[in-house]
Amino acid sequence: MTYAAKNLTTDGRELIAFRVGDQEFCVNIMQVREIRGWTPATSMPHAPSYVLGVINLRGAVLPIVDLSARLGMKPAEPTVRHVIIVAQVKSQVVGLLVDAVSDILTITDDKIQPTPDVISSEFEKSFARGVLAIEGRMICLIELEAIFPQEEREAA
Amino acid sequence: MDMNEIKEIFFQECEEQLAELESGLLKLNDGDRDPETVNAVFRAVHSIKGGAGAFGLDDLVSFAHVFETTLDCVRSNRLDPGPEVLKVMLKSADVLADLTNAARDGGSVDEARSRQLIKELEALANGEVPQASAAAPAPVEVVAKPVAAAAPPPVNDEGFQPVAFSFDDFDVAEEPSLMEMPAYEIVFKPKSDLYAKGNEATLLLRDLSRLGEMSIHCDMGALPTLDRLSPESAYFFWKISLKTDQGEDAIRTVFEFAEWDCDLEISLVEGDPAQSGEELPMQPVPFDLSILDDEPAVSVGVVEEEEQLAYQQQDIRNAAVSAAGTASNVLQMAQSAARAPAEKAAPAASAAAQTAAAQQAAASAGTPTIRVDLDRVDRLINLVGELVINQAMLSQSVVENDTNGTSSINMGLEELQQLTREIQDSVMAIRAQPVKPVFQRMSRIVREIADMTGKSVRLITEGENTEVDKTVIDKLAEPLTHMIRNAVDHGLETPEKRLAAGKSAEGTVRLTAKHRSGRIVIELADDGAGINREKVRQKAIDNDLIAADANLSDEEIDNLIFHAGFSTADKISDISGRGVGMDVVKRSIQALGGRINISSKPGHGSVFTMSLPLTLAVLDGMVVTVANQTLVVPLTAIVETLQPEASAIHSFGSNQRLISIRNSFCPLVDVGRILNFRAIQANPVEGVALLVESEGGGQRALMVDAIQGQRQVVIKSLEANYTHVPGIAAATILGDGRVALILDVDAIVAASRGHSLKPEMSLAAAG
Repeated sequence: MTYAAKNLTTDGRELIAFRVGDQEFCVNIMQVREIRGWTPATSMPHAPSYVLGVINLRGAVLPIVDLSARLGMKPAEPTVRHVIIVAQVKSQVVGLLVDAVSDILTITDDKIQPTPDVISSEFEKSFARGVLAIEGRMICLIELEAIFPQEEREAA
Repeated sequence: MDMNEIKEIFFQECEEQLAELESGLLKLNDGDRDPETVNAVFRAVHSIKGGAGAFGLDDLVSFAHVFETTLDCVRSNRLDPGPEVLKVMLKSADVLADLTNAARDGGSVDEARSRQLIKELEALANGEVPQASAAAPAPVEVVAKPVAAAAPPPVNDEGFQPVAFSFDDFDVAEEPSLMEMPAYEIVFKPKSDLYAKGNEATLLLRDLSRLGEMSIHCDMGALPTLDRLSPESAYFFWKISLKTDQGEDAIRTVFEFAEWDCDLEISLVEGDPAQSGEELPMQPVPFDLSILDDEPAVSVGVVEEEEQLAYQQQDIRNAAVSAAGTASNVLQMAQSAARAPAEKAAPAASAAAQTAAAQQAAASAGTPTIRVDLDRVDRLINLVGELVINQAMLSQSVVENDTNGTSSINMGLEELQQLTREIQDSVMAIRAQPVKPVFQRMSRIVREIADMTGKSVRLITEGENTEVDKTVIDKLAEPLTHMIRNAVDHGLETPEKRLAAGKSAEGTVRLTAKHRSGRIVIELADDGAGINREKVRQKAIDNDLIAADANLSDEEIDNLIFHAGFSTADKISDISGRGVGMDVVKRSIQALGGRINISSKPGHGSVFTMSLPLTLAVLDGMVVTVANQTLVVPLTAIVETLQPEASAIHSFGSNQRLISIRNSFCPLVDVGRILNFRAIQANPVEGVALLVESEGGGQRALMVDAIQGQRQVVIKSLEANYTHVPGIAAATILGDGRVALILDVDAIVAASRGHSLKPEMSLAAAG
């Protein structure tokens, strides 16, 4: 997998784009394991507000992160129309609750513009890796490692 | 098969040889002078050397060669394996293990250490060899094969000399002699129910015979004439006289499963009730069928016959015969032991004692085994886990569809349930392994720390054949290492202090494993100074853990050492005081679903008791509902369940409530509240109370809303994808496919004592 990922960076990489609220984001497709519908999660005691709980993914316990709440926007009210992106973050697998998956983008690294210098909180700075301008849309590339940082989870 | 695979097999074999080497040396250290032990040790080093030569592992070969040469001196009786010699040898075994690991993983070895040991070994082999007597031992190949031989040195056993060995040594002095052993008179009168339930009197008698020397007298007086004989009745009874040092309880244990179905009298006989008859091999009770033709009635009293049971001798022979070559000496021992009673030399009891050893040897040497990749087993276990979940799902939907209980579906389902359970047990058994390897590793650690601290320590291990799941064993090593280090470094005093305190200079660390009610209990006891409570208390006050005027019980003070960053070491040494404290031990034990407990007696030492689940894969749980959430409470924690009545609930202080159970008061803990599932405490009368007992002592009544039922659940890790959640031990998947959380009862109980669940988390994050 790493081999493929390395290869892709030289002649364009694939990103998966999705919508959270009225904003568009994308992540590296190599980190995405599968996309599935929303199922009710079992809530966890003492979990941070953006952790909706855990679900059963073919025998594994999968925590679900409400990406909207995590990115500081309005907490989602999950419906059957919501989508869970199952993503690999380091050694862990997490589910990200998003509104909808829009498309798969193939881009080269030079298309990624640096994050505009308007970001107010350290927090947002830590997950935004850049922005893409595609057909008049603005898509923010986010880094999943930062979405669910190790220390944050330890303290959670 | 390519070279790497062959190499991998070599290293796996090395591991076995190293274990063999170490256990052999430890046996010698304990005073075992069995030539076969020496041979086994020699063979282990020799095989490692041979294999290492084939792979061109020169460092390993040259060290093994020197080691082998010295061992050869021991083998040929030119070097007495006294404590000093063995100390060097044990260290050499450690270095050999290091060298092997380095050859496999490419790590480095403390070269100074191995050079030093090579010198010491050579000195032993050359200088301090006591001159052999005039009738010198047969020439033994001391001079060696070329060290860096590219071709493997021939691995043969030509170098082995038969060593004359006197069995007189086997008069087993430490065994209580037969004469001193109490004799019991047992009357065993089976009822017909005993046979109806499939018990076999012979088997019980055989078990009994293993306890000591036994003579049996079968009373057939009640046998009726053939025309009145009911084939399903019981007519025989046995009078047994048994000499055993194991006490009445051991005898009762033999009849444990039969006690309701027989009349059993056990009485202690003073003096010598039965003359020990001559030893006969076991013979079937002669029963001549022809008498049935000749005489319709068996004449009463005539058939009375004294029969000496000699099962134990048979057993020994069988076991020893089935033991493979390495156990050949056991065979000799066993046979000599079997002969011994006839020669009136050794008591039969020693033979019985040897039986166990012989059987063990047979078990380790005789059972064919295969090596399997752990991955494959894990995959199988995962699949079985899925099967269990699916089966639960199926059961649930059958119940929901209500098939009237008699249909073939229900019967099939029941059978499926049994099969699943059986498959699960068998799969789990594949992973079950004795704790021996971990325990063996500990003896090395004790040696090293004893060396570093200049203390004299003796490690005694017991129950090392107790089996636990591989995952538990793997995770056991780290906390155990830490605790052993602590026990030697903090627990035991220096030899001078010990002598001053009237103890022997040598400290003892005892490591015990045993099964207790579905868990494995590992105990680490030292006979050191015990926990210095004043010091611990002061330290806790300094660290703001407790208030200066806090009134703590001894137990509570002892438990303070489990706090993060807590070390009473005055100075930082190589071994401890580096901030990695008992809190880490506690956390790793808890991560295993275990509990740890201390009991300490000033001046007499401390005992750490760890109670761990046998497997990390399944547990029996009580499925409960709390605030619309489904939770699982481990069944092992629950003492009883009860429906609280309003009159039994008493308010206590501002917001505590107690429930009176049989005239004692037990604090009520609302699980939903403590897990933050609801903001206010639920009304206890509307729920169910689970009376739980935590390892730290003390009962609590956990309030839940309702009980759904009892179920075996497959444990799924929360940590794998999420994180440790205080109050929650793990997760599982229920029949409907949803995740349910498994309650960590100990954490809940601790939380109810005022240790909040959350602060511990931030502590964990800080540490």
